[in-house]
Amino acid sequence: MTIASAIAGIGATEFSKRSGRSELQLAAEAVFRALDDAGLPPSEVDGLVTYSQDANQEIAVARETGIGELSFFSRIPYGGGAACATVQQAAMAIATRQASTVVCYRAFNERSGRRFGQPDATIGGEPSSQGLEMSWHVPYGLMTPAAWVAMFARRYMHTYGAGSEDFGRVAVAMRKHAATNPAAWFYKRPITLEEHQASRWIVEPLHLLDCCQESDGAVALVITSLDRARDLRHSPALIAAATQGAGAGQMMMTSYYRDDMTGLPEMSVVGRKLWEMSGMSPSDIQTAILYDHFTPFVLPQLEELGFCPRGEAKDFIADGGIELDGPLPVNPHGGQLGEAYIHGMNGIAEAVRQIRGTAVNQIKNARNVLVTAGTGVPTSALILTTP
Amino acid sequence: MTTVLTTPESVRELLAALAERQMAAGETPGAPAPDPVNLPMIRHWTAAMGDRNPVYTDEEFAARSVHGGIVAPPAMAQVWTMPGLGGERSPTPVDDVLAALDEHGFTGVVATNCEQTYHRYLRPGDRLVPATRMTGFAGPKRTALGEGYFVTWEVTWYASGEAVNSMVFRVLKFRPRERKSQPGIRKSYPLRPAVNRDTEFFWEGVRKGELRIQRCARCGELRHPPGPMCPRCRSADRTHVTASGVGTVYSYVVHHHPPVPGRETPFVVAVVELPEGVRIVGNVVDCRYEEVGIGMPVRVAYRRMDEDLILPMWVPRES
Repeated sequence: MTIASAIAGIGATEFSKRSGRSELQLAAEAVFRALDDAGLPPSEVDGLVTYSQDANQEIAVARETGIGELSFFSRIPYGGGAACATVQQAAMAIATRQASTVVCYRAFNERSGRRFGQPDATIGGEPSSQGLEMSWHVPYGLMTPAAWVAMFARRYMHTYGAGSEDFGRVAVAMRKHAATNPAAWFYKRPITLEEHQASRWIVEPLHLLDCCQESDGAVALVITSLDRARDLRHSPALIAAATQGAGAGQMMMTSYYRDDMTGLPEMSVVGRKLWEMSGMSPSDIQTAILYDHFTPFVLPQLEELGFCPRGEAKDFIADGGIELDGPLPVNPHGGQLGEAYIHGMNGIAEAVRQIRGTAVNQIKNARNVLVTAGTGVPTSALILTTP
Repeated sequence: MTTVLTTPESVRELLAALAERQMAAGETPGAPAPDPVNLPMIRHWTAAMGDRNPVYTDEEFAARSVHGGIVAPPAMAQVWTMPGLGGERSPTPVDDVLAALDEHGFTGVVATNCEQTYHRYLRPGDRLVPATRMTGFAGPKRTALGEGYFVTWEVTWYASGEAVNSMVFRVLKFRPRERKSQPGIRKSYPLRPAVNRDTEFFWEGVRKGELRIQRCARCGELRHPPGPMCPRCRSADRTHVTASGVGTVYSYVVHHHPPVPGRETPFVVAVVELPEGVRIVGNVVDCRYEEVGIGMPVRVAYRRMDEDLILPMWVPRES
């Protein structure tokens, strides 16, 4: 990128099950906090980026926060796959002088409002390309994210001899990390593998505790040029690489027709690009924020990104590989399983704290942090680094 | 939420008067337990329930515990005096009330409350005698199931005259709702596929009992799910072949939660691999979900969901 950019501010609301306020208010609160964190007034912002799924228009957020004129606004599709791509879009806008300071945000009442895990009989109803894609699945009752993911998980288990406990260890590790994070919904509430195994079936092979929680809340990020960020309140988190990825034969969440169903080809796409752009390799990463809406996809992410060989993620995890004192601490904040489900945006904020050295579960010498977005969908990823 | 309804006054009064009489009758003893509290029964029950507490089954352990010997799990209270398969129930004051409710059309029944109180642990050798009294009658109420009456009774178990356990039990006896639709007319199935000119051939095939796979008319490539172009040769000229109708389960899930409109849980959805070389998603039916596995041979079966929609599904096939 011609102009290097960095994340200069992070802000969030509390993470709850019932915010008691509108999604637009949540968005505005998070934006204010991110700007205050950066030490910038709203008038400095000239770009806004969010998810296609976000219910708060950029112009509405700009009105509520007094941001004023905008020269750049953009939205990213495919659910939680958008998370890191909001930062990528902001960085591109800054690099090409479309904007100088961009705020990325995600705000929703996903628990007290519309819950993504609840079946929506209308999703296959329209003959758009997405409606037609859904129509090969929804009529059979295959219509919740847990079910879509479970179909991949079953094949992965079959191919690599993984068991439900291997998924459970991910949940246990995330809840362990969240237990020491006061911002986490599951603060001081770790779980055991036995509790994971005893939790009820949602969609076999997924237990309840394989599924991340549902949350109300918002997170916002302030992105500006590295030069500018150096003069602001905190040490900048340089965006060393940011990219999007879709695999060949990709579908929204039902890519069952393209390969052996045990990998995440779209994560391989972003992984290759991240290493190429940053000049780094997996051994350069001190901690990773891996998207954990459902435990099973943490395993192929480790494999696709090159942190362990294919099919061996279960052993890597069983050996404590993803824990705070392991070779690759994953989600020190507790992830979406432990902290909150803010569609991946809270993970980017955690990556910034790790780079700043201000995280509650701070990883020593965290110089390079890798973050991924939604799994099983067209996705995105980034690497933040100390400049 | 329940609200009071008007029913024919006579029925209401008749039921209320009967209930009043039965409640006034007080406690009626039932048949004594066929066996005293005993270790073999405890062993079977704890094994079935997965309760491994050794104080129920291990004499030595129990001797050292606060109980000083084997005790029966309190939750077995009801077990000791159950009549068993084909056994005869002894009459209770509630029977007449339930029968009268049946007679007046309140034929549905659902248990709503069961609260047990354990006055002391039971030990091998205790011989129990149950006694039942009716304690409550309320209605008619309007409930989600239909209009009905709540009937409550209490069973007390005695050992040598000492009340050792008791249980309050409540049922709702309700008048099942009449089906609104005419016989033969099904409710519309809510999970409908979107269909357009690119996919219509598939659903037309399903209506004719054919499982159709798109085939490129130029290069012969088979493709499912179908689309308007052949990604291999760019031809938009397409036709289809009829699949043999057999396949094997490539992956599958068992959906338990949350409830899905138009479906009863649990149900199985599978990715089925066809010998023609494509995969297709559908339900596996006509077998228990525990029997489904990867590699399971299946064949297509067509199921009518409502007046307009038939879905291809998969049933087990001998390999």
